[in-house]
Parts: sequence; C-alpha cells; structure tokens
Amino acid sequence: MTLTELARRTPAIVDAVEDRTPNDPIARRLRELGFVAGEEVVVVAAGPLGAEPLLVQVGFTRFALRRVEAARVRLRSNGAGA
Amino acid sequence: MNAAVAAPRIALVGNPNCGKTALFNLLTGSRQKVANYAGVTVERKEGRLHAPSGKHYAVLDLPGAYSLNAASLDEAVTRDLIRGFYPGEAAPDLLVCVVDATNLRLHLRFVLELRALGKPMLVALNMADAAKKRGIDIDVAALQRELGVPVVETVAVRRGGADHLLATLDAVVAHPHAVADALPEGTDVHAETRRLLAATVRMPERTAKIDDALDRWLLHPVFGLSTLAVVMFLIFQAVYAWATPVMDLIEAGTTALGAWAGTMLPAGPLNSLVVEGIIAGLGGVIVFLPQILVLFAFILALEESGYLPRAAFLLDRMMAGAGLSGRSFIPLLSSFACAIPGIMATRSIQDPRDRLATILVAPLMTCSARLPVYALLIGAFIPSREVWAGINLQGLVLFALYMAGIFSALAVSWVMKKWRRDKGEHPLMLELPSYRLPNPRDVLIGLWERALIFLKRVGGIIFALTVLLWVLLSFPAAPVDATMPAIDYSFAGRIGHAMTAVFAPLGFNWQICIALIPGLAAREVAVSSLATVYALSAVDDEAAAQALTPLITNGWSLATGLSLLVWFIYAPQCLATWAAIKRETGSWKTMAMAAGYLFALAYLASFATYHVAVALGGG
Repeated sequence: MTLTELARRTPAIVDAVEDRTPNDPIARRLRELGFVAGEEVVVVAAGPLGAEPLLVQVGFTRFALRRVEAARVRLRSNGAGA
Repeated sequence: MNAAVAAPRIALVGNPNCGKTALFNLLTGSRQKVANYAGVTVERKEGRLHAPSGKHYAVLDLPGAYSLNAASLDEAVTRDLIRGFYPGEAAPDLLVCVVDATNLRLHLRFVLELRALGKPMLVALNMADAAKKRGIDIDVAALQRELGVPVVETVAVRRGGADHLLATLDAVVAHPHAVADALPEGTDVHAETRRLLAATVRMPERTAKIDDALDRWLLHPVFGLSTLAVVMFLIFQAVYAWATPVMDLIEAGTTALGAWAGTMLPAGPLNSLVVEGIIAGLGGVIVFLPQILVLFAFILALEESGYLPRAAFLLDRMMAGAGLSGRSFIPLLSSFACAIPGIMATRSIQDPRDRLATILVAPLMTCSARLPVYALLIGAFIPSREVWAGINLQGLVLFALYMAGIFSALAVSWVMKKWRRDKGEHPLMLELPSYRLPNPRDVLIGLWERALIFLKRVGGIIFALTVLLWVLLSFPAAPVDATMPAIDYSFAGRIGHAMTAVFAPLGFNWQICIALIPGLAAREVAVSSLATVYALSAVDDEAAAQALTPLITNGWSLATGLSLLVWFIYAPQCLATWAAIKRETGSWKTMAMAAGYLFALAYLASFATYHVAVALGGG
C-alpha cells in the first residue's frame, strides 16, 4: 500500500520510499524530509479539487505532497512486514 | 575599516521556517545590507552584530535549506558557502545552526548533516518558549553532550531572546574547535536523530492542538476556499482604501515641489527638465509606494503567520492544471501591486519551469499603475448606471478587466505547458509550518527592505528613462511660425505619427500613439501624456484626467476607447518589468519572448475588440 491509498487521519508506518527513476531526486528529498522506514505518517487533509495535493504529517511536520509524490511512499501493512 | 574586514564571520544556517531570519533581525537590528550573491539572484543578507562584550561580528543569513543535497538555487548557495567553495565569499568562522525546538525531528537531521562537515558550529534551539508552552521538555545539557557541540536556547521574537547565544558566542569563536564527527561510518542520520530525540526530548504529543484545529477549517474544501476569498478581498480593499490618503499627500507634495522648483529655476530647458521631466515623472511612480507597502505588509504578515503556504495548498491543483504551481500564488498576488516585486518573489519557486512560467505571466496581473488608465477610460466611455442590485456598470467593467488579466495568465501558462509537451515532473513538496503570530519587528524590517528596493529602482532606471523621454518630447523645439502644438515637431511627435501606420487598425489615433511612448517608463504616465498631447496645461495626473474626459469622450469613438482599455490588460510597454525579467532570468531571449508575446496578445485582443465594436455600431 502507498500513501495515496491511506485513509484520512489513519496513522500508518513508512516502509520505504521508492525511486521512480535511478537516483530519483524527489524520492531522495522525501527521505530527507523524514519519510524513512519506521516513521509514523498521517494524511491530515486533501486539496479541494481531486483530493490533490495531500497534506501529510510525518514526525512533527506537515507537508503538502502531490499524489505522484505521495505514491512513492510505501507503507507497512498493519505493522507487519519489514 | 580594517577592523570591519577582520570581524569574525558567523553564518546562520537552518531549515526553512526555523525562525532564522527573525533571529538574524534580533542579532543585527537595522544594521543589515541586502544584496544578491555574485552571479545569481539569491538574496544575500549580511548584518553587523555588536556583542555585549564589545566584540564585532559579521553575520550572514544563509538561505534556508533542508539538506546539503541541494534541490534549489537557494540550497546550492548555502551548501557551497558553508563549505567555503562559493566564489567571492570567505568561509564562515562559525556556523550557527538554527533549529525549531518544536520541530526537532526534521531539523536535527540537518544538524547532523552539517556536523559531518567538521566545521566549528553552535546549535541555537530557537522558539524555546513555544516548545515549553506545548509541554515539550528538552534536556539541553544532554543534547549538547550527545551532539558534542554547544547548544543554547533562543527566542528570536523576544527582546533579549538571544542572550544565551551572545554569552556563548565570544567563547566559541575565541576557541574554535572543529567537531570530530561522532557518527561511525554507515550510521543512518535518521536513526541517530531518533536516538537523540529518545535520549533528550520528552513531548506529550506530536502537533499543536491549535494547528490541528485551524487546519481543519482553513484547509476545508468549502470553508478554506471561502476564507481565502475573503482574505484576498480584504487585502485589495485595504490596498486601495488605506493607501489613498497617503497617495493624495504624495501627489499634493509632488505638485507643490514642482511649482516651487518652477519658480526657483529660470524659465528654459532646465526648468522644463526638472519640473515636467524629473519631478512629475518620478512623482508619478513614487505615488504607488503606499499601495506597494500596504500589500507587502499583508503578504509579510500572512507569510509569517504560516497562512500563505496553506493558500498555496488550496490552489495548487488549479494552478498545476494551468502549468503553474501552488508556489506561484504568492508572486502572482504581489504582482497586483507591481509586477517587479512579484517577479522578484518567484525566487521561492524551486522548480525552474514553474518559476519561468510564473515570471512570464506575472505582467498579466493588473498592477496598480494600470488603474489611472482604467479610471480615465472607464469614466469616459462606460456609463455609470446600476446594472443589478447596487452593482454599478463601471465597477463591473473594472472587475472584468482584472478577471481578463487572471484568465489570460492561466491561458498563457497552459499554452506554454502544451507547447513544450512537457512530461517532466515538477514537485510541490511544500512544508506547512505551524501557525504563528507575526512579529511586528520582522514585518517592519521586511517592509523597509521592500521600500529601499523600490526607491533604488526609481532613482536608477526610471530616472534615466524619464530624462530620455523628456528629451524625446521636448526636442527639437517648434519653429517660430508653428501652427501645430509644439509636441508635433518633437521626436516623440514624429514617432507618434509614424506609429499610426501600425496602430490605426486598432483604432488608435496619433495622440494615443504618442502617449504609448512615455507609457514605456510607467503605464500611468500615459494619462498625463495624453493630456500634454491634447495641449492641456494640467498640473497633475488627477486634474489631467478630469479635463481630459470630455475631450476623449467627444473625440474618440467608443470602439477606440474599448480597444485601448483592452490594450492595457496586456500593456506590454513597461520597461522596468522587462528589466526585472532580464535580471531574474539572466536571459535577453526570455525578456524578448515576454515582451513579444505580450505585444502580440495586446495587438490581437485590441484588434478584435475594435472591429467587433465597429461592427456593432460603436465606430
């Protein structure tokens, strides 16, 4: 499951951020912003048109991510997995 | 002066939204110098700090960065400068790493990245008061021990909030010790951050309740968008209502100064240059300073409060559809006062395509300089009658002109996006910081900087152009047996007559063509120029407009009036905007492209308006 499929205001744990291209700069920046394995994330809100962008809380910080950006963040399924 | 050169250099470095600039303002007060880094349009802020010990420091406020893996021009400058690679900049003697005590998870990671550089550094735990208020308990001594660098608490928005920092500074600079990076090879900075947090910080909850509550309302699809509309409406009301008294004062002052200078100087070319050229010309531009300051007071306060990124969040989808980004919202909002600060504000857009698109459409936002022209033409050609329930037709036309600009901007950026068949990804990844009360001191310092930038421009390029236009309008002088107004014999007059070959299809007569020339310097000058052309001796723009109205109502057809109105929606003729585009993009080609497309749009739209109006009987 990825961050785009996560229900609103339901906490989940990040598994990994996937590169779309080799050395994907967007994936790297997401990791730098704190989207790394083991972190808790919550989708707090979504934009008014087409639920774009998503407002995602990671750590103590809230980021507006477009859906293509959020789709790179893979989540652990119910605490299982890695 | 030698002492100034030798002052130790401190660089403030930190994530965006860590309160770095507020701390910079607290440390340096008004002793600041704002410029650009060599070769790029990244703002460079340096200030002088007089420590209580009597020592002097040069303080540099580096652009905010999330990481040393630079994703924008700003971050690249920060990366190169702290490593001592930036051309023309000495490496700082001490890094003051500013972190938001309420956002340690994100900010400590960057501290660890900086520590790995092995430079002398100090960590300023900023917003220590906000952290305490939220029940976040940070063991400063333990954090200092774990990090191996000095850690001090600061409250940048409070007087005396940097006392701990100042007390530590002298000692740290006197005995710089490079930090050995304590991280063994291969340790993940995220894991280390987590370990540090677990060891030194206790917090009851992850976010402030107030942020949760506010975001529920302000980001709501319906309430959020309506709130944004109300906020925008209030800003525009304020820009026009609050600024008017000051603008009247400036206009009266300019007129009085012109009259005084006119009596002091002997009649002749010098008198004409000073009174009609310099004082009237520059006065006509300075008069917009109050509006620009009111608009920026709102923008700065909203930016500090954390609301502007929320506005960007709400509008991102719509703007992305048109090939822009939510981040374009702030620069485009500024462009309603004047396109130049708007174009400068695009520096905060990291993506190069989004930034270029925003720069190119910024001139389509109806700047305040177009208002005098709109006011003249609407007053002359649009009847003042009630359309429906208190809505006046004149007001409706003004609103339509603003809307035409906004929709043209969206259309233009959409066409640019399609034209390039751009398939690349243009990321948003925008942080929505905690809500904060704006600090009046930081807003005032920001306003002061804006005012200085604007006035420098008035003293530079606008001054030069004003003098040039005066020369074109005044020489050669009319022969003694002149039968036509003197302006007919001047260079500008001849150019105006020649221009009708191009502009006659738009319904413009030669008088309008002449007025378009000085309109190059500043659009509003077109009004006083028309007055001059019609041989009126009006003292200022307002009087010119009043006397001019019956003249053009009778002299021009409705089609000509409407055509000129539409022309000014696109109004490609502002040289200062061209200069700003050239400076910000560093490209003559981009500047020529912007000027070219605006001219083409203006010509086509006016052509269509004129011929439709003539066909409908308005000729």
